[in-house]
Amino acid sequence: MGNRVTLVNMMDTLGLAKRLRAHALRMTHAARASHIGSCLSSADILAVLHGAVLRADPARPDWPDRDRLVVSKGHAAAIVYAALAEMGFFPIAELATYAADGGRLAGHVTRSVPGVELSTGSLGHGLPVAAGMALAAQRAGASWRAFCVLSDGELDEGSNWEAVQFAQHFRLEGLVAIVDYNKIQSFGTVAEVSELHPLAAKFAAFNWGVHEIDGHDHAALRAALAGPPVAPGRPTVVVAHTVKGKGVSFMEDRLLWHYRNPDAAQLEQALAELDA
Amino acid sequence: MRTETIEALTQYARAHPDVMLLTADLGYSVLEQFADALPGQYANVGVCEQAMVGIAAGLALSGRQVVVYSIANFPTLRCLEQLRNDVCYHDLPVMVIAVGGGFAYGAQGYTHHGVEDLGIMAMLPNIAVACPADPVEAVALLGELMRRRRPAYLRLGRAGEPVLHAPDAEIAIGQAVWLRRGADVALLATGPVLGRALAAADALAARGIGASVASMPGIRPMDAAAICEAARTHRAVLTIEEHNVDGGFGSRVADVLIANRLAPAFGKWGVTEALRGQVGSQGWMLDRIGDIAEQAAGLL
Repeated sequence: MGNRVTLVNMMDTLGLAKRLRAHALRMTHAARASHIGSCLSSADILAVLHGAVLRADPARPDWPDRDRLVVSKGHAAAIVYAALAEMGFFPIAELATYAADGGRLAGHVTRSVPGVELSTGSLGHGLPVAAGMALAAQRAGASWRAFCVLSDGELDEGSNWEAVQFAQHFRLEGLVAIVDYNKIQSFGTVAEVSELHPLAAKFAAFNWGVHEIDGHDHAALRAALAGPPVAPGRPTVVVAHTVKGKGVSFMEDRLLWHYRNPDAAQLEQALAELDA
Repeated sequence: MRTETIEALTQYARAHPDVMLLTADLGYSVLEQFADALPGQYANVGVCEQAMVGIAAGLALSGRQVVVYSIANFPTLRCLEQLRNDVCYHDLPVMVIAVGGGFAYGAQGYTHHGVEDLGIMAMLPNIAVACPADPVEAVALLGELMRRRRPAYLRLGRAGEPVLHAPDAEIAIGQAVWLRRGADVALLATGPVLGRALAAADALAARGIGASVASMPGIRPMDAAAICEAARTHRAVLTIEEHNVDGGFGSRVADVLIANRLAPAFGKWGVTEALRGQVGSQGWMLDRIGDIAEQAAGLL
């Protein structure tokens, strides 16, 4: 994998992440939708993936040699769509139809949207599918990779660990999982509901190559995601420590913003903070 | 029918290198012929049906056609949501083959009784559901469903089911095959219990009652025209299935009758709550359901 080509131009991923956050705030405000906190925690991961890592061509969403991105945390749909629109898979203006009657931008990630590989929303589905994609690439001798963004809460689902076990046995070097480890799940903190610590050690014990980084540090994300596998023949996990609601002071690290949508004044304040 | 089906699958996969077979570590002494002949198209993923179906979806999204194999309820109920969301909603070319449908593993206990699969699988989007009666139907339907390249469920018995059709019988999903013609009662059967339906027709004939017998391997799509014809030309219709009668084959036949304003005397022979928890050989379990000829005569 030394000669990886990125067809998209290397973008200013910090600027891209800021735009993704702004889109997601506007979308959840307009649709009165939940999950803005989960969108904001993954903004930098998605910006670096789309802007600097994924081999993709928005003009050909079905290009066979593209890298695959499965977003298993399907509730972060707003920012997933924002990223695809920013990359040119469909017009940015369509983001205004998020979760609207009869629209195609469903409240959970949906495959009818150009650039989406898999409909998700029920947790624990993405990693097995990404593992199947990586197996297809391996059997075909192809160099494209399969990336999967997971939430921390969804790691409670046993199907993930079936895939973790499978991927190491089949030596799926082309599989990269990224855990958006924001430490908050539906009913409280991860520590309160179902402690995951030591998460990196769990993956290491399953023979995965592990990066443990700050999930808002673009240089660290780029190094972990675009670089060679940690160890030959091993799938890679990026345990990305993040902050729920990152970038908006009154949303950061607060369970409330897993559910609440910003009102007009809160939206204005949030957008002002992003521009500051 | 299991052996013939895997032979046919191996042959199909040899000609179609995009086909992959996955097992969740079941099929010992059955799948080796495929695995040995086509190792690059085979994977034993371990005991993990949920991941297996997700992996199958990932392979299918990457251009492969996939068959997943296991026994009884494991490749259907254990991974139902993966089938619903990842395979069927995405309309992917993934076929589930379950061996041991009904009471084929009757003596192994309730965990191994596959008696809800047909009804549940037939509710999923984009899927075709087939329940062959004998090796002739099984091989024909395997080929048809593989060529269809969409979600499919093929429920097999085990090994050693007798051949009930002529080798050149025309078999297609959604097409009934009439094996007997009689004037009084129509016996509509799905799966290997077709053999019992044929025996019941003989018993009824000895009592002066004319029975027609149709094999209906298609749970979805279903041969609605044949069901309507049966109702219009007989006084009674009895459905026969190795499956729960609530929400299974018979219920779907009844839906067709009601939708077409047909109201023959109607009955369903199949599994009821009375059998839950009972353990025994397939023959013994099916005997507990009762006598098909008696139930048919009772409708007249």
